[in-house]
Amino acid sequence: MTVRKISLALCCTSLFAFLVACSDQGLNNPYRDNDSARSIIYSSFSERPKELDPVKSYNAGEYEFIAQIYEPPLQYHFLKRPYQLVPLAASQMPEKQFFDATGTLLPEDVDPKQVAYTEYTVTIQSGIRYQPHPAFSKDAAGEFRYHQLTSADLQSINKLADFESVGSRILTAEDYVYQIKRLAHPNLHSPLAGLLSNYIQGFKDFRADVLTHLDQQKTWLDLRQITMSGVEVLDQQRYRIRVEGVYPQFIYWLSMPFFAPIPWEADRFYAQQGMAERNISFDWYPVGTGPYMLTENNPNLRMVLSKNPNFHGELYPTEGEPGDAERGLLQDAGKPLPFVDRIEFSLEKESIPYWNKFLQGYYDTSGISSDSFDQSVELNSRGEFGLSDEMIERDIKLSSAVATSLYYLGFNMLDPVIGGDSKRARLLRRAISIAVDYDEFISIFRNGRGEPAQGPIPPGIFGFEEGRTGINPYVYDWQKGGLKRKSIQHAKQILADAGYANGIDQESGKPLILYFDTVSRGADSKALLNWMVKQFAKLDIQLVIRTTDGNRFMDKLDKGTFQIYQLGWNADYPDPENFFFLLYGPNSMALSKGQNYSNYQNPNYDRLFDKMKAMENSPERLRIIREMNAIVRADAPWVWSFYPKQYSLNHAWYQNVKPNLMANNTFKYRRVDAAKRAQMRKEWNSAVLWPVYALFILLLLSIVPAIISYRKRELARGL
Amino acid sequence: MSAYIIRRMLYAIPILIGINLITFVLFFVVNSPDDMALMQLGSKHTTELQIEDWKRERGYHLPLLYNAEQSGFDALTETIFYQKSAKLFVFDFGSSDSGRDIGYDISQRMWPSLALAIPTLLVGLLVTITLALTIAFFRGTYIDYWAVIICVALISISSLFYIIGGQFLIGKLLKIVPISGFDTGLHALKFMILPVLIGIVGGIGSNTRWYRTIFLEEINKDYVRTARSKGLSEQLVLFKHVLRNALIPILTGVVVVLPLLFMGSLLTENFFGIPGLGSYTIDAINRQDFAIVRAMVFLGSVLYIIGLVLTDISYTLVDPRIRLS
Repeated sequence: MTVRKISLALCCTSLFAFLVACSDQGLNNPYRDNDSARSIIYSSFSERPKELDPVKSYNAGEYEFIAQIYEPPLQYHFLKRPYQLVPLAASQMPEKQFFDATGTLLPEDVDPKQVAYTEYTVTIQSGIRYQPHPAFSKDAAGEFRYHQLTSADLQSINKLADFESVGSRILTAEDYVYQIKRLAHPNLHSPLAGLLSNYIQGFKDFRADVLTHLDQQKTWLDLRQITMSGVEVLDQQRYRIRVEGVYPQFIYWLSMPFFAPIPWEADRFYAQQGMAERNISFDWYPVGTGPYMLTENNPNLRMVLSKNPNFHGELYPTEGEPGDAERGLLQDAGKPLPFVDRIEFSLEKESIPYWNKFLQGYYDTSGISSDSFDQSVELNSRGEFGLSDEMIERDIKLSSAVATSLYYLGFNMLDPVIGGDSKRARLLRRAISIAVDYDEFISIFRNGRGEPAQGPIPPGIFGFEEGRTGINPYVYDWQKGGLKRKSIQHAKQILADAGYANGIDQESGKPLILYFDTVSRGADSKALLNWMVKQFAKLDIQLVIRTTDGNRFMDKLDKGTFQIYQLGWNADYPDPENFFFLLYGPNSMALSKGQNYSNYQNPNYDRLFDKMKAMENSPERLRIIREMNAIVRADAPWVWSFYPKQYSLNHAWYQNVKPNLMANNTFKYRRVDAAKRAQMRKEWNSAVLWPVYALFILLLLSIVPAIISYRKRELARGL
Repeated sequence: MSAYIIRRMLYAIPILIGINLITFVLFFVVNSPDDMALMQLGSKHTTELQIEDWKRERGYHLPLLYNAEQSGFDALTETIFYQKSAKLFVFDFGSSDSGRDIGYDISQRMWPSLALAIPTLLVGLLVTITLALTIAFFRGTYIDYWAVIICVALISISSLFYIIGGQFLIGKLLKIVPISGFDTGLHALKFMILPVLIGIVGGIGSNTRWYRTIFLEEINKDYVRTARSKGLSEQLVLFKHVLRNALIPILTGVVVVLPLLFMGSLLTENFFGIPGLGSYTIDAINRQDFAIVRAMVFLGSVLYIIGLVLTDISYTLVDPRIRLS
């Protein structure tokens, strides 16, 4: 009996081993089909996209999907730096015209103060078609097949694919205007509505009009029937947006999905009763003209983008910045996009499994988390980061870019001790700016992945300057062609000048105690907070840490009941205005609930900001930016912490990779060498079965004494 | 028995109201409706008007527990607590704060949780009972001695270690199964092997020790001695007599967790990317989606109560001497 069982187990194991040997793919292949030789990009997402409707979507995780589907008028050039806008669905860059209050056309170089409004005329390409979608389907009589659905019609419908017929149509200028109206729709809660209502003429009135219509009409509201004075369809290919005053940054918004076209037919289709209950909506099924369309939306498992058969076509850029050709980034110049048939995003919530699957070749690219940093990157003798031997052996490539982001340690300028415009407070802030050593922070807590910040503008944004001219002279000296942080003795001297010699308030004779408010992140942040306390202790200042949850923290910022805090900012668009506005007086949190959390006020700075904001990039603008930098460096409302540096690893088969921190629609440029990937996967993933056999044999052997003991006991005679 | 069950169900109502109230208070101690609106709308460029619109649309503009502007019963009903909780008692979970149908999401996500939990429970039971019986059989020998040491060692290891260690050893080094992921239908099988195996191994230590204790207690009883004195083999004594009588405490532990199998495992689902109800709850907490948190806590409470009633009923099935009254 036992022998029979053992034989059976051995047979099963042998069969298992045989199957493994016969299998072309590894047993650990997480993908369903034998598709490793197909032109597919394998990526992941960590949580369900909250919104896929371009009217609401506003985060990188969501843009990863919809930026491949929707086509706003403009996009960022894939290769050129500094970041440059180029037409996407538009046939040319928008035409910009200035007008005064009487409607008279003004010259381009007019003083912005004279400009009452600016008109942007956008011309879109002809012949662009929407992806196949049931909203466009018409019957033989030319009537929309699915625009008058009854509950009986919907009985067998659970998803979009259940509609048998699909159609398409040509993209028109009206679709762009329709979407701008959707941005103002009060029930759609676009995060941009508040901002745009300050700029686009008639935006606020349109909102009120929609509310009136909604009161009268409970069904779908055709936004084409309500006019917005600042937006106008000129003809099938052209539309015009009228913006209050001068707002040069407006053009950047035209590259975001907020300004992508929405066909009224789709809005009508999704607004039908019973659709929302079935999750058939823009949030679930986007309708675009881009290179890809969402063919599988199962955020609990996988999201799949497939080539849009109606895509109008686009060519790979033929020029880039110096060095791109040498890096092989122009090998596909002039070739039609997209190169890849399918992009598969799998749900991956934790970084460790993701990293291991990347090493097995099941993901094409990976960021570098702190868990995997030591395994992937090494510091060479010149202090530069390079790939570890293991990565080189796998032919993995490293790419890096300094993010257009900034982290800062902010002071509450309304606080009687640390804030205000007095010399005493300013010197105190400057002394702290020197003492809090962010060079050390970058080295300890970010594995060197960052650059010490010198002011509000990060690299890649107009106004950022490298070298001696770009340093913060209150914290750094320029020595031997590099940055040298001022000594702690110097900081102590400044502190003494401020009246806090040795950390004692000379007026009251009491030790100086400051409070740092931060979000509690459990044990992980303990080392960081200890480090922060030590930085202040260098000046004999006692720092009290007040940790709280995220909501309470924001509440404190809101009410101004804090002294010191830490935050970061990620650019919406590559313009210095998008960073300087964080210190603009009228944008103060205390005054206007704006994003100037430090409540910094400096009339001179505000005046320069107003001027700089309305200017195009020019030497004059750079001069003003330098002046603004000098003001905020001297006032030190923030300790300029660091600009984060992003590293990513890419397998050799994943090509045309160049970090572009502004563009989100870059999948169309990627190329995959699927044959190489299949070969490497096979090489890296042959199952190791001997430990299983060994364990099995060990178990069998360990049973033998037990069997002997059992038989002995069974055969023993009782007394 | 029917009267007993009805009585237990009626007892459940004040318990569920209490649980709802505690969940509500705990949630709103750390989150305000404004925070929830900001979480959904995003903090960039969001205006106060938009926040107010969002709250009004979802009923979060009302006072939390008592509406001083209303009189009589309305002062209690025109509140967030009442408006959001009353429908739960007819299992209408409503929509999440992001607008999705919670009932539909639960119906979709309970299957992956069950696909993970049922085999883990059944195979785990089989393995641990077999091991416990074997150890009980070899009580007092070197097998018993080493089994205790191994079990205590297994109990001492954190479940996170099992997960990461299992993924590293079986998924990464041996490459026998995918490290993480999920699929539908039979394709899910290869993704289930590792988490189920880890679930079983993770439970071996504590369960084997517990069942061994139960078996040893039974083995020393008079009826076992009688069975042996009648000349029955040890195999027969263990499987026919000891196992059957030891089933009562085992059932107590097992039946109570049966309904909770729906709720999924927070840690395992997260690490393996399994889209079950465990990860659904974690995501909702991270997103401050009160509607989902409330629905999941309510569902968990209801299932726990059902589990307790089922345990009582199962007593009567395995031990005819017990009568529910």
